[in-house]
This record gives sequence, C-alpha cells and structure tokens, in this order.
Amino acid sequence: MIRWAPIGSSKLSIFMRELLLCPPDYYGIEYEINPWMSRARGAEAPLAQKQWKDLHATLSKLECKIHLITPQPKLPDMVFTANAGLTVGKKFIPSNFRHKERAGEAPHFARWMEEHGYEISWLPENLYFEGEGDALFGGDALFCGYKFRSDIQSHRAVADMLGCLVISVELVDPRFYHLDTCFCPLPDGAAVWFPAAFDEYGQRAIREHISDLIDVLPEEAVHFCSNAVVLDRDIVLPEGAPTLVAALRERGYRCHELPMSEFLKAGGACKCLVMFMPQRQAC
Amino acid sequence: MFSETIELRGHIIDSLILPKVLDQILTHGANFKIGEIKIGKKRADQSFARIEVSAETGEALDELVLRLRQHGAEVVERADAQLAKARATGVFPRDFYVTTNQQTFVRFDGKEIEVRPAMMDSAIAVDRKKRTARAVKFFDISAGDEIVVGHQGIRVVPVQRSTSGTDLFQFINTIVDADEPKSAVIRELGRELQRARNAKGKIAIVGGPAIVRTGAGEHLVRLIESRYVDRLFAGNAFAVYDVERALFGTSLGVNPDLAFARGGHENHLRAINTIRELGGIAAAVEKRILTRGIMHTCVIHKVDVVLTGSIRDEGPIPGVTTDVVEAQKIMREKLADVTHVLLLGTVQHSLAVASMLAPTVNTVCVDIDPSAVERAVEHQPLQSIGLVTDVEPFLRELADRIANRDDTVGADRKQ
Repeated sequence: MIRWAPIGSSKLSIFMRELLLCPPDYYGIEYEINPWMSRARGAEAPLAQKQWKDLHATLSKLECKIHLITPQPKLPDMVFTANAGLTVGKKFIPSNFRHKERAGEAPHFARWMEEHGYEISWLPENLYFEGEGDALFGGDALFCGYKFRSDIQSHRAVADMLGCLVISVELVDPRFYHLDTCFCPLPDGAAVWFPAAFDEYGQRAIREHISDLIDVLPEEAVHFCSNAVVLDRDIVLPEGAPTLVAALRERGYRCHELPMSEFLKAGGACKCLVMFMPQRQAC
Repeated sequence: MFSETIELRGHIIDSLILPKVLDQILTHGANFKIGEIKIGKKRADQSFARIEVSAETGEALDELVLRLRQHGAEVVERADAQLAKARATGVFPRDFYVTTNQQTFVRFDGKEIEVRPAMMDSAIAVDRKKRTARAVKFFDISAGDEIVVGHQGIRVVPVQRSTSGTDLFQFINTIVDADEPKSAVIRELGRELQRARNAKGKIAIVGGPAIVRTGAGEHLVRLIESRYVDRLFAGNAFAVYDVERALFGTSLGVNPDLAFARGGHENHLRAINTIRELGGIAAAVEKRILTRGIMHTCVIHKVDVVLTGSIRDEGPIPGVTTDVVEAQKIMREKLADVTHVLLLGTVQHSLAVASMLAPTVNTVCVDIDPSAVERAVEHQPLQSIGLVTDVEPFLRELADRIANRDDTVGADRKQ
C-alpha cells in the first residue's frame, strides 16, 4: 500500500513506512550499561515476548511493512533496533556502540541492511554513534543527542555524509541516555520532550528550532512516554502517561498505549524497539 | 598563563555549541581569544572557530580542555621550540630568542613549560631532563647548554590591564607631575602596601642617598619598624651616608637638622673607616657603635639588604658587592618573589632594578627629576605609578599614613 506520509517533514514523499524489528528471543538483562538495568531485577522472558508481540501487532495494524532481523545469542539488546544505525533514503549509517557489550550487534545489522539493498556508510571507528536512538529528524533538521552514548564529533561526520543541518544537544540525565528517550518530533512540526534531560544550551537550541513543544511531566517521562513510534496520526507509546496522551489526542493524534515494563528494565520502550527504514527519504 | 588552541567545527551556531564552549571557558576562570571564525552561509553549511584558551595553571587548562573536547573541541597541535647548543661558555647560539619581561612559554615535547623567571633581555635555556626553561644571561650558560633559537614554539602572554579598575596600580597607572596633588595617591598607596603586607606580599625599597641627605631616613625607619620593608636595595653611598648621619649627625658633611650649617666633609670617610674597622654594619650594630638610622633598623628588623658598588664609591664598606655580574645575580635572586617595589630617588639603581622585574610587580617610582620617573615607569607600563617630587615629603606622608592606619586597625581590633 502506498500513501502520503509526511513524517516530521514539510517535504512530502511517497513511500510506505518500513520498520525493522528484532524478536526478543535472546533478550534479557545480562549486563548493566544504564541506570535502568539491574541484573538482580531481570526481565520476565514470557512477558517480554508478549509485550513485543503486542507492539508488532499494533504496528502491523497501522499499515507498515515490518522487517525482522534474526536475533543473535549473547546480544540481548539487539532487540532495540533503533540503535542499529540511521537510515536516510537508501543510505544506512551503522552505529559505533560505546559499550563493548553491544558492539557485536553492528556487523549483523550492517550485513542485513546491505543484503536488503542499502548503501552502508561507516563512520570512523573512533566516533561513537548510536543510530536513531540519538538521531531524530524534526522539521528540516536532524536532532542529535550526545555525551552518554554518541560523541558530538560523530554528529559532524553524519552531517557531512547526509548534507543536512544537525542540531547537537547535550543529554544531562543518565536515565535519559539516548535522545529518543526524551525527545519525539511529531509530523505537524511540534515535538514531545522532557526538557530536564537536556542542558540549558540544548533546551535553547531545541526551542529555537521547534516552536511548538509539548513538555512531558517528570512522572510520565520515567515511563519513557517520549519513546514513541510516530506513524502519521498514529502514535504508539508506553502506557503510564495519561497527561501526554490527553494532550496528543487533543491535537488529533490516535494514541496506542502499550505495556512495556519488561523493556523498561533495560532502559528501552516502543521507539527503541523500532528502526525506520528509512527515517527520511532525503534531507 | 598556559594556553591551547582549540577548533570547533559543525553546526556550532545552530546547536549553540560555540556559546556553550565560550561560556564554559569563562565559568572555569579561563580566558579565550577567537583567532578565526567562519560562519556557514547556507542552512546546512557547517561553521568553524579557532579559539585560543588560556588558564592560570597547566592542570586547570588540561581539565578544561578535556571538558571542551566533550563538546567537540579539537586541540590544535603546535610545533615545539627549536633548540641549539651554546658553542662556547658565555656565548649564545646565533638566532637565540631574546626574551621580554612578559610571561613566556616554550613548547617542548608537545607541552608548554613556563620560562622562569620572566626576565627581559635574556635567552632561554631548556633542560630536557628536568623539563625546565630558564631565562638566562650570558654568564649563566656553559658550552653545550641548549638554548631556544627562532620564534617557533614560543608564546608570550602580555599582562592584561585589569578591567575592574579597583586596583591602584592598574587604575592610576600614570605619572603624577610636580604640580599635581599627591596626597590621595599616597593615601591609596598606603592602603595597597597594607594589603600587600597582610597578603604576605614582599615589598622592596630601592633607595638613593637622597633619602638620607634630605632627612627622609627617619620616615623610612618608621616604615621598616612597621614591617613594610622586606628588602632594601641600595649602593655603598646610601649606607655610608646613613652611617655617617647616625654617627656624626651629618650626611656628606651636611646636617639636615640645621638650616645652613656646613662642615664635617670628612665625616663620611670616618664613617667608612669605622665600619671597615668593625668588619661590617651588622657588627657595628652588635657592638652598639651603630645605634640608629636606616641600616641599624634593617639589622634589628632583619631586612634583607643588597648593597652593590659603583666606580665612584669610597671604601666600599664590607657587605657591598662590587663584582657587577655577581651583583646582577644577587639582585635577580632577591627580586624574584617581590610583589611591590618603591624606587626612591635613584635613577641608575632604579633602572637596573626595573629591568629585572616581572611585569606583574607593582612599581612606584619617586624622583624629583621627571625624566628619571618616565624612564622607570616605561619598564612597567601596566603596573606602575610615577610621582615627580622630592622623596622626603613623599616618605613622610607615606609613613604618617601607614602609622595612622595601623593605629586605626589596632583600635578597631580592640573594640
């Protein structure tokens, strides 16, 4: 099915939303690389499976084409495909993971994308970059988070590769270690965000580029309500954010709230489990 | 100041990275100078800035640069200084770098080393093993010593004029002519010296014989007694006239207490002879022969006295260094930690001392000859005050102010 999908862009382009997901066959809390993770408080595998399947089913109903990559043993976080890389048009920029625990995911994703016809553009090895987790288009700019996972130097390299305006914003709250945990651009030019996750300059930079910002309450932010998959007027987000959902509905969005408790234990939710192929057709 | 040059590239304007980096530099107590900036013309164009960052210490700079790197700053590698060996003792290699009295750094093995002391008209000797850089004079070096040649890898940091305008030396920073009022300046100077003394600064007096001959010796004695003098630099004549005054009431045969009395021209020779016989000023004090005067007070209050000789000297008395090279070395050594210098009524000695001072030393020059004041002040254009006046009223007023202030402070403390 083909339809108009002006996702977060003033430029219209004809394409069907394609998403990459990874079944949670090997998902579990096997190491601790963010404040949410605790090996003492592991994820319940059957419940995680159910929550992921619900997400898959919800997205399927929203008329997207879903691709699945084969999960790999000993790579429990491969389920969070948003961190695989950044796709623009037919170009895929694979991530350089900061933590060695996740570095093994990169070749699997790169190979899969290459096999599916994407041109692979590797970043220099010394620049950490965690893909769509830290790079989200909003308006005509690519917003990129840095410090906890991605390096700001990688943003410049991405800007060189894509030829687009990159707004680098510093993340300051380790709980919101990826940009997609605290910032979510919407197709009408607005964005959902949790301001306290950014430093003062990052907040100002975002405000200067996005005039219509929906602030998330701290108690809802910790449910990762900003970690939402936005498909035109449909928004798939974790449950636990009634205020945000009301605000989005007020704006005419259809909200699909899903339980994400088992993935929150690893510091992830709906958006972390999804990578857009591509996020934008072109800059 | 230690410095590094950093570069920022990317969408540093839209992301507010440039203002963030500049703000961070300032909030960490460091400074910056933007060397080059290119702003992207189109929306997707990246911008570029080259910024020199300077901080008080190497450690503070390293820590700051580490922070700035997190925001994308890249450190620009600079070239090391070039070194050449001295081919003979006392002879610098050709093209040796000649220092100013400004703070200077030499880059060596990729790191900056501060040249110590900050001394003008010197060369720079680098010790690779100790990782030190010294400002050296001809007589300081031996054949084989490594000396900086050319200008590569050298960075000079001019003393910045204060913008706060509250510091006497940086605020006034001028010459007060003979026909201008001086009381306010002297009052402020008294406050400044008191602050310096409380902050454990080191105050030096460079005194000419005019202090003794005009009868200002007693005022200087008051300053010494109030512990406002840590070092005294003078010539043979200064000490001799003071001893003559103490022993015979005259200086070079003149009694300042009598309006027109003359006579006793031989007194200063007798004074010299007495000190030579006793083996020195300290011995004369110890034997209670010398019981008053500036030199006596210096011995009692353990003021460091550096007496140096000249061609015209009679005697000289023991304790006067007559070897000029040796005298230069001693003077440099004794000036190294000085924070405030009062150059009083002596042209040649003042100029010699002024040429050895670091640019941060606060300097006051008092002389009745305007050209002498101008020449001394030229050496310290950012940190100096010149007063064209007779040294006696200057010292009298300064000693009075300080005595009153110390009384006031004491009274305050008792309340």
